[in-house]
Amino acid sequence: MKMIHYEHIVEQVAEMCKKSNYNLGEDVYSAFKLALQTEQSEIGKEVITQLIENADIAKTEQVPMCQDTGTAVFIVEVGQDCHIVGGSLVQAINEGVKKGYGEGYLRNSIIYNPLNRKNTGDNTPAIVHLELVEGDSITIHMTAKGGGAENMSELKMLKPSDGIEGVKKYILSIVKEAGPNACPPLVVGVGIGGNFERCAYLAKKSLFRPLGIRHEDPVVAELEKELMTEINRLGIGPQGMGGSTTALDVKVEVESCHIAALPVAVNLNCHASRHQTISLN
Amino acid sequence: MQKKINLPLQEADLIALKAGDRVLLSGVVYTARDAAHKRMIEQEKEGIPFPIDLSNQVIYYVGPTPAKPGKVIGSAGPTTSGRMDLYTPRLLEVGLKGMIGKGYRSEEVKKAMIKHKAVYFGAVGGAAALIARSIKSSEIVAYEDLGTEAIRKLTIEDFPVFVINDVHGGDIYKEGVALYKS
Repeated sequence: MKMIHYEHIVEQVAEMCKKSNYNLGEDVYSAFKLALQTEQSEIGKEVITQLIENADIAKTEQVPMCQDTGTAVFIVEVGQDCHIVGGSLVQAINEGVKKGYGEGYLRNSIIYNPLNRKNTGDNTPAIVHLELVEGDSITIHMTAKGGGAENMSELKMLKPSDGIEGVKKYILSIVKEAGPNACPPLVVGVGIGGNFERCAYLAKKSLFRPLGIRHEDPVVAELEKELMTEINRLGIGPQGMGGSTTALDVKVEVESCHIAALPVAVNLNCHASRHQTISLN
Repeated sequence: MQKKINLPLQEADLIALKAGDRVLLSGVVYTARDAAHKRMIEQEKEGIPFPIDLSNQVIYYVGPTPAKPGKVIGSAGPTTSGRMDLYTPRLLEVGLKGMIGKGYRSEEVKKAMIKHKAVYFGAVGGAAALIARSIKSSEIVAYEDLGTEAIRKLTIEDFPVFVINDVHGGDIYKEGVALYKS
């Protein structure tokens, strides 16, 4: 049986926290460069120019690209044939977050309790979703999810009679309502189906897929493309000051659901879309 | 077209600024976000005066990352301004003349801005490493216990912003979107 040590997980997670906040993903950087060519508004172009320059500074100086270094969210695929030694997996992840955020001069944005609002001081606890998979390795997907875009996210239980048109209308309404608040140009993550809590998870999970990669199901891929076009017709533009680049990408995940249900969740992500993936073998 | 403005804002600056203008700000601004706003307003109700004189000042809604050794400040981009809307009309009443943040303001805040002649600037959300370069000094002046949410006095130089809401009722979020909607 494969042994994966607690300390190894701590080190890897700490690195992921730093890297995701310092180094803008190549996928997002390419999307910025493309948007600079296609954006129609002069203000919009200036915003994208600043974002490209910002990403360059953050990478060169190894400093956070955004002051909101986020909630550390993890989706961990745990191979059922591996064995973690030296401590628990969730504990190792939290220890890694504490180390990464501390050593990396990242901001601690997590509070103990939403009602009394006292800061925990080390950005833990992280949000950890575990998925048990075949095999003996562990794959860790991490995102540093900013508060501004998360605050504008929403879920609704639509009626089956609302159909695909109702789903699209709802998604567009959320992006429109978010306007400048969610830091456009956005990455729009959508979950359709599952149940109440599963739907929100699907929307979050969709955001881990790199920009420019369409869903493998051609029907869902087509929906992503249609939504992308319609969202960019809203005119919101970079930072909401008007323009043709409102979304850098749209991601949709679809799952089975109850005959009475049509759950739709929209999880907005800011332009930084910080995500990292590593495999521990 | 890009304007350069030295703070504090003069009456003539406030009248001349129009929604959509690109501006480079230099001078002093104070940082305050959710927790500092809440405390200022709650303490004032108990008879404790604001810890800083806000008359003719500019507040920047930001909670910076910790400064790396040798740096003046960490990354320092704007946070969503709407969360401060509940507290803002009172601050405008005592003479606050400018706010830097990102995102929509409430109708009440926009009306108070016109009434008290104050401008709302937007900095680029997420451009925090770039923005930090225009911050030349940072000093905590109140509420140190709030950590990243403490009130800081910043000296800025050519700090890049856009005018979102001007004193004439102009709103680039409305005007800009109307231009590009198709």
